[in-house]
Amino acid sequence: MLAYIVRRLLYAIPILIGVNLLTFALFFVVNTPDDMARMQLGVKRVTPEAIEKWKAERGYDKPLLWNAGAQGIAVVTDTILFTKSARMFVGDFGRADDGRDIAREIRERMGPSLAIAVPTFILGLFAAISFALLLVFFRATTLDFAGVVLCVAMMSISGLFYIIGGQWLVSKVWHLVPISGYASGLDAGKFLILPVIIGVIGGIGSSVRWYRTIFLDEITRDYVRTARAKGLPERVVLFRHVLRNALIPILTGVVVVIPTLFMGSLLMESFFGIPGLGSYTIDAINAQDFAVVRSMVFIGSVLYIVGLLLTDISYTVADPRVRLQ
Amino acid sequence: MSFQPVLLWSDALLFVLIAAIVALALWARHEDNLRAAWGRVLRDRVAMAAATVLAMFVVIGLLDSLHYREKLESLPGEPVRYAVEVNSVLDALLSGLRQRGEKTYSAPLATHLFAKESVGDASQRDFPRLKHGGAHLGGQLDAHGADIARRALLGAAGGLALWFLCALGLRRLKAVPGGIDADGADAAAPPLATAAIAWTLLPILVAGGAIVALAGGYHVLGTDKVGQDVLYLSLKSIRTGLLIGTLTTLVMLPLAVLLGILAGYVGGWVDDLIQYLYTTLSSIPGVLLIAAAVLMMQVIIDTHPQWFATSAERADARLLALCLILGMTSWTGVARLLRGETLKLRELEYVQAAQAFGVGRFAIMGRHILPNLMHIVLIALVMDFSGLVLAEAVLSYVGVGVDPTTISFGTMINTARMELAREPMVWWSLLAAFGFMFALVLAANLFADAVRDAFDPRLAK
Repeated sequence: MLAYIVRRLLYAIPILIGVNLLTFALFFVVNTPDDMARMQLGVKRVTPEAIEKWKAERGYDKPLLWNAGAQGIAVVTDTILFTKSARMFVGDFGRADDGRDIAREIRERMGPSLAIAVPTFILGLFAAISFALLLVFFRATTLDFAGVVLCVAMMSISGLFYIIGGQWLVSKVWHLVPISGYASGLDAGKFLILPVIIGVIGGIGSSVRWYRTIFLDEITRDYVRTARAKGLPERVVLFRHVLRNALIPILTGVVVVIPTLFMGSLLMESFFGIPGLGSYTIDAINAQDFAVVRSMVFIGSVLYIVGLLLTDISYTVADPRVRLQ
Repeated sequence: MSFQPVLLWSDALLFVLIAAIVALALWARHEDNLRAAWGRVLRDRVAMAAATVLAMFVVIGLLDSLHYREKLESLPGEPVRYAVEVNSVLDALLSGLRQRGEKTYSAPLATHLFAKESVGDASQRDFPRLKHGGAHLGGQLDAHGADIARRALLGAAGGLALWFLCALGLRRLKAVPGGIDADGADAAAPPLATAAIAWTLLPILVAGGAIVALAGGYHVLGTDKVGQDVLYLSLKSIRTGLLIGTLTTLVMLPLAVLLGILAGYVGGWVDDLIQYLYTTLSSIPGVLLIAAAVLMMQVIIDTHPQWFATSAERADARLLALCLILGMTSWTGVARLLRGETLKLRELEYVQAAQAFGVGRFAIMGRHILPNLMHIVLIALVMDFSGLVLAEAVLSYVGVGVDPTTISFGTMINTARMELAREPMVWWSLLAAFGFMFALVLAANLFADAVRDAFDPRLAK
């Protein structure tokens, strides 16, 4: 098991190098730092001196890959590839365009992101599995049919509608919670409850349908017929047998997103003014702050790879037959 | 000619797509298994009702894809010049809606503007009359409600009459022997769910008739901040949604099919390389990769204004680039599926027989493996559509969607969102965008489900 984990972690290195090179190519080769400077400075203030100054302030004035003017090892290290891209591997993300340290910003914003993402994830998973089991319990009845129709209708509604409609109804008409904002500590509750509920409702349509299909796949198996034949009530069949055997496909979809919860939700955070990583990313995109976007891309892929590894490990927990070698 | 046809890149691709679909349909008629599967879709009532709604959207989208530039008035002897503005046939059909703009917001079917303005001297503030909405009423504002009811009823009656004609046509179609291929195994069931089509057409035509009748004198869905008719904006958004939903998949499919089959069939270092490629791409969170690529594309377009003759061409290039980027980031899932399926097919007897006969690698991949993967490709195509239409709105909100000048559901929602804080609220453009999007996505979802059920061999009874 340990050997497997180590090997998987080693396998992650070429992938991360690939991600790193891809972002490097996107941000520095497709677009030269000159283009970036021109856009950031605006049309009016563009002079060659201003561009050079902008680049020098942010360390973009170095050669891309090979610094022929430097001595010794600095030929490689005193380049944009090394200072801007390769140093992300050791957690050095550099500074945003407004001069703040990105790594510090990320540490500070992780808390609010988790405060909204974790409850949404847990409640959403719980609600989706419960409703799916309910529909499977009443399978091939009018209730099941109505539930599926409702699911399809709910997944056809834009996520923006849930957010805008929820904010309007709950905050503006009923005045139950503030429209947006954030506070630290226990006060955060009143700001978080609405985005969490909206997040759960917005995702429930597609996930209930997905879990229902998984459960229905299981329910035709022989072991289910055996369980019924020996006289187990349907409730026990569903919870003790079907749910446990359906865990593998469920885990495949679920565990991989757990690490990415750190990244926060782009839409929720920006609509509800929560100072997490999601709104940080959106602000960076709108301000065209490439240093931040690049860092978030890198962190996102690290978390995704961790998620894949966790998925594999969770299989061994859920199903003793799975051995990782 | 009083106009010059303009073929935008996206139009051309859309027509290529339509031609490909027609060609595939003609080919599928001669393939027994395909005909049987499509027969199941044609007999499915929900699928046919959804297809009817989708067809309405497609017709509007296609009308909006026939672009032209109008000829400008010029003196004899001067060279002929054409307007800078690129219009579509839909614009021409809706020229009434397009040109009768108001000053700013007005509620649906209103006769007055939404905001008070100084009337006469500065001390008096009142809601000014609209320039076009309800202008035919003149001073008789009491007749407002009665006029709306009369127009709506007349329009609905017209729609009903049209529906009778359509329903009669559908009955005849059913009566023609061999008009629609019947699947021999299931001859008892009608070959086409005509009743479902007819009952779907009924509300569409009746409501459509009423809307057309009302649109002559009012802004049926109100006007937006700069006074544009919201109904017009909604209808124009349809093309953008359809393009993003279809062209993206079209862009990614060749790549996904080629790499997926190569990885599965050839194996070895090719497999390793392709797997590495798609693992790397899919490990980057989708929105961020799209955002990064779109930001870069924006810089390129901004720094090369000389590439585009008109602003329509620039917006079109941006739309296409968005499709390309969405496609490049979403081929990984399909490629993985196809690789897995190819691995299975490779071991089957008929493929091994072909190998034993000495058929070449690429011939096997093209002739024996690809046709047996087409159901996965088709299912991916229809299942992705609705997700992409929804994604467009979110991406436009994040600021990495279509060009701000392109009318789309995303840009409509984005501009309307700013006005939510107004008191009283401006709700109509948001609701119109969400409503049209819901109808399109719901129809697409239902149709996709039927197609999946008909083609997925695991669900075959």
